[in-house]
Amino acid sequence: MKRFLLASIFFLTLVVLWHVAAVIKDTPVLFPFPLDVGRYLVDAVKDGTLASSAWTTMTRLLLGYAIGCVIGLPLGLLTARYKVLSDTIGVLALGLQTLPSVCWVPLALLWYGQSEAAMQFVVIMGTVWSVLIAVDNGVRNLPPLYVRAARTMGSNGLHTLTHVVLPASLPFVVSGMKQGWAFAWRSLMAAEIYVTILSGYGLGHLLHFGRELNAMDQVIGIMLVIVLIGLLADKVMFSPWERFMHKRWGTAK
Amino acid sequence: MTASDALQNPSPAKLVVDHVTKSFTTERGKLVALDDVSLTVAEGEFVCLVGPSGCGKSTLLNLIAGLDTPDSGMLSSDGAQITGTGRERSVMFQEHALFPWLDVLGNVLFGLNLKPGLTKSDRIEVAQYYLQLVGLQRFAHANIHELSGGMKQRVALARALAPNPKVLCMDEPFAALDAMTREQLYSDLQSIWAARKKTIIFVTHNVREAVCLGDRVVLFSPNPGRIREEFRIPLPRPRDINSVELASHATEITRALKAHKTLTAPQE
Repeated sequence: MKRFLLASIFFLTLVVLWHVAAVIKDTPVLFPFPLDVGRYLVDAVKDGTLASSAWTTMTRLLLGYAIGCVIGLPLGLLTARYKVLSDTIGVLALGLQTLPSVCWVPLALLWYGQSEAAMQFVVIMGTVWSVLIAVDNGVRNLPPLYVRAARTMGSNGLHTLTHVVLPASLPFVVSGMKQGWAFAWRSLMAAEIYVTILSGYGLGHLLHFGRELNAMDQVIGIMLVIVLIGLLADKVMFSPWERFMHKRWGTAK
Repeated sequence: MTASDALQNPSPAKLVVDHVTKSFTTERGKLVALDDVSLTVAEGEFVCLVGPSGCGKSTLLNLIAGLDTPDSGMLSSDGAQITGTGRERSVMFQEHALFPWLDVLGNVLFGLNLKPGLTKSDRIEVAQYYLQLVGLQRFAHANIHELSGGMKQRVALARALAPNPKVLCMDEPFAALDAMTREQLYSDLQSIWAARKKTIIFVTHNVREAVCLGDRVVLFSPNPGRIREEFRIPLPRPRDINSVELASHATEITRALKAHKTLTAPQE
């Protein structure tokens, strides 16, 4: 409760400072009042644009992210296990991970056109490599003693993989998935801002239209929504895992 | 099978190590860890393997556990050749090797869950029994990082005992603990051994520890790893590590250990 109160005071102060700055600046077109942004958001909620674009963006993101994880996880296990794969796919992943995922946008557009597939492609490319590298790293840092101990208790093959290797790598896997999520989120926003596609307007498109229309209240409003979704995703998707690891491993939060 | 069936003592196994040789290739060349070693361990016997580092005692333990295979020779448990790890041969390592993602009960259940024919509640009952045996029943839901070093080794012992093996391989399990904790564990291990009737192979550096625990102490020498001498310890149980009789046995073995070291010194 105390934490909540403190946070509320902090954010209220921010809003007040913003308001004061807007009054001093006195150019509402470029520097809108918090109330204007609030009004835009209320309208956007009322006419349904916000819900529909948030939905469009989230389905793209979650689908692409899930596919990215489904590809990255087993590949990471394989590169950690087989030297041939770590010398080939592992190096490729390391290289491609350094490529900012927005760089995939031109390629995706040329290959898939202005379609849903192009969006998915960008998100998947943002996710796969960091998940792969994190899993690879986690498995490599696995104390060999765990696997030996498991063997003496009759565990081997798939059981060892699912009951020892994966849970033991959990701290690495979760941090990799978190990074993958952040990359996917960023690349999708970039893609939506640059690319107008006909299969649905996402939050990035609203941001883009805000710029085209010089509607600063919309630009800032959508930015706020993007930040909120990011925070929410972190709380819903990763916090439970982090709490679990904190409890079991005794690591700092 | 019910929980009480799962708790029945199986008859302990007889171990035979028959002319076993095992070498490793290291950066400094070939290391003969075991050179034509033969050893027979009777059913329910407590045997301690003692010797300096690199004498092959841990290698022999790994071979018995089935974690490694010999270059030549054969190992068998109750007449059946040892070709890999098996539930009837549990291992306890120097580091506790407990799984941090599971709580105490989850760790003890790990091996039990792989044992067929038990219901979930049976497994939990069996696990609880072993936690009680090592005095940690109140810590079933504690996390591993919350336990002291001695408690971790107790959980590791409960985990090794839970699948009800015939043989327990212990690789310097108390080496990293403080003296007070160790002494408590010596007496606990002796009473557990009396209650659960296991054949125990116990590797240690510590001669007094070996004399305190073992029916027999087997002295190894390194380069190449061989059995140098064997000592029967006829002392009554439970034994106190601080007793005078025990100390005199330990002195005898230490003397043999040192004599051998000076003997081989010029060759090294």
